[in-house]
Amino acid sequence: MQTQAEAPAKEPLSYQHTGVALRGVNRRFRELTALEGLELDLRPREVLAVVGPSGCGKSTLLELVAGLQQPDAGSVVAAGAADPAGRREACAYMPQRDLLLPWRDALGNAALALECQGLPRAEARRRAEPLFERFGLAEFERSRPAELSGGMRQRVAFLRTLLPGRPVLLLDEPFGALDAITRASMQEWLADALAREPRTTLLVTHDVEEAVFLADRVAVMSARPGRIVATLDVDLPRPRRLTDPRVVELRRAALEALGG
Amino acid sequence: MRRFFLTAALLAAFIAAWQGVASLHSVDDLTLASPVETFDALRDDWSLLWDNALVTLEEVLLGLAVSATAGVLFAVAMHLFRPLRDATYPLLVASQAIPVVVLAPIFVLAFGYGIGPKLAIVALICFFPITVNLLDGLRSVEPELLKLMRSLGASRLRTLGSVELPASLPYLFSGLKIAAAVSVIGAVFGEWAGADEGLGRLVLLGNNQLQTPRVYAGIVILTLMAVALFALAALAERVACPWNRQERPV
Repeated sequence: MQTQAEAPAKEPLSYQHTGVALRGVNRRFRELTALEGLELDLRPREVLAVVGPSGCGKSTLLELVAGLQQPDAGSVVAAGAADPAGRREACAYMPQRDLLLPWRDALGNAALALECQGLPRAEARRRAEPLFERFGLAEFERSRPAELSGGMRQRVAFLRTLLPGRPVLLLDEPFGALDAITRASMQEWLADALAREPRTTLLVTHDVEEAVFLADRVAVMSARPGRIVATLDVDLPRPRRLTDPRVVELRRAALEALGG
Repeated sequence: MRRFFLTAALLAAFIAAWQGVASLHSVDDLTLASPVETFDALRDDWSLLWDNALVTLEEVLLGLAVSATAGVLFAVAMHLFRPLRDATYPLLVASQAIPVVVLAPIFVLAFGYGIGPKLAIVALICFFPITVNLLDGLRSVEPELLKLMRSLGASRLRTLGSVELPASLPYLFSGLKIAAAVSVIGAVFGEWAGADEGLGRLVLLGNNQLQTPRVYAGIVILTLMAVALFALAALAERVACPWNRQERPV
């Protein structure tokens, strides 16, 4: 994931202050209170997983940090930026679905992220190309999304997310659409990638196992109103195994917090 | 291939029935020309029909070009400026309710006997399906994708060029296919309102002069012209949007 070096399209933001802080955040949609009094902190280069039931406002939380929404009350700061435009520049946001453009080949889809920063298409493609091998996508540069497997499509989406070299990574159920076997291998791949190059990462998922497997800390969220009800430290060495008794114990504790 | 075979079989059955009805003694030759008579007219009057067909084809192609250009520009403008869309959309629909048949003579009064009024009528008929389809296409992009573009820092024009326009190409071609099919009708109406040449005028003249086989020959050519234009638009779609056939969104 050494992508900053590849993408000097913009002055990289300082990697010293890449934490995220949410203070007293409220967010309402008409009658529905999505988030209420939400407090959350991410230390620089920490991987935090937020787990919660469907509809608890996880995606709203992510879009708030990403600068795609504004809170009704409270403050959101990402890598020092408090305004939405600044947060958009600080965050690499990866939505649930890969959202690859069917008319572009894999390389073109990844390069889109650099084109959006003003790079000419040919230059953007040239910079994205060397990363394909590292992402296990070598020789699939010219393939259209329809010709790729689900896991490969997700990796192309990942590449697109990482290319601009933004300090904060926001992942919305990144493996939710994949089958169980592909999901497991993608989780290992992501754990590996984050271990090689740590980044402040906010991972939203409803899969407790995935959260414990990947994160330094797991925040448990309640639904309506959405707020953090428990935080668990996952103080385990990597690489982790899902069968490790300590992983199993943490998973049990998280599920208990979710149930209560 | 099977589809073409079925169409050909149906067409052959139709021509056979047509020939059968036309051969009945109770049917006047001036009322109905048989396929054989029509074919004879096509052969005997070929140079006359061909010269006039080229005139009509020119009106149709220019009208299509004008309406496609105007339609694309207008749809994009309506998409980018919400107030423009809100203000003009109802008027756009209303423009389709105006009967072209009565509009044609007015255009002839305004633009004279030349190509002007024909072009205007073809363009008027074709503008609507092109504009409305493209506008639907531009609005069909999923909100998540627009959100992604925003998070990537894309400008409005970048999103338009990289996402919305390519995504709406299949819609544009749907509009073009409809436009191609109706454009010939527009040209014929235009010529009926006043023209010196063209296939529509030839058909009208043939009707008045009781040259029924020539009328039928003209209609056959007009039909083939519309079908060919439709096929051309369909072919262009396959070339321009190859992804659209192999992938259907889940």
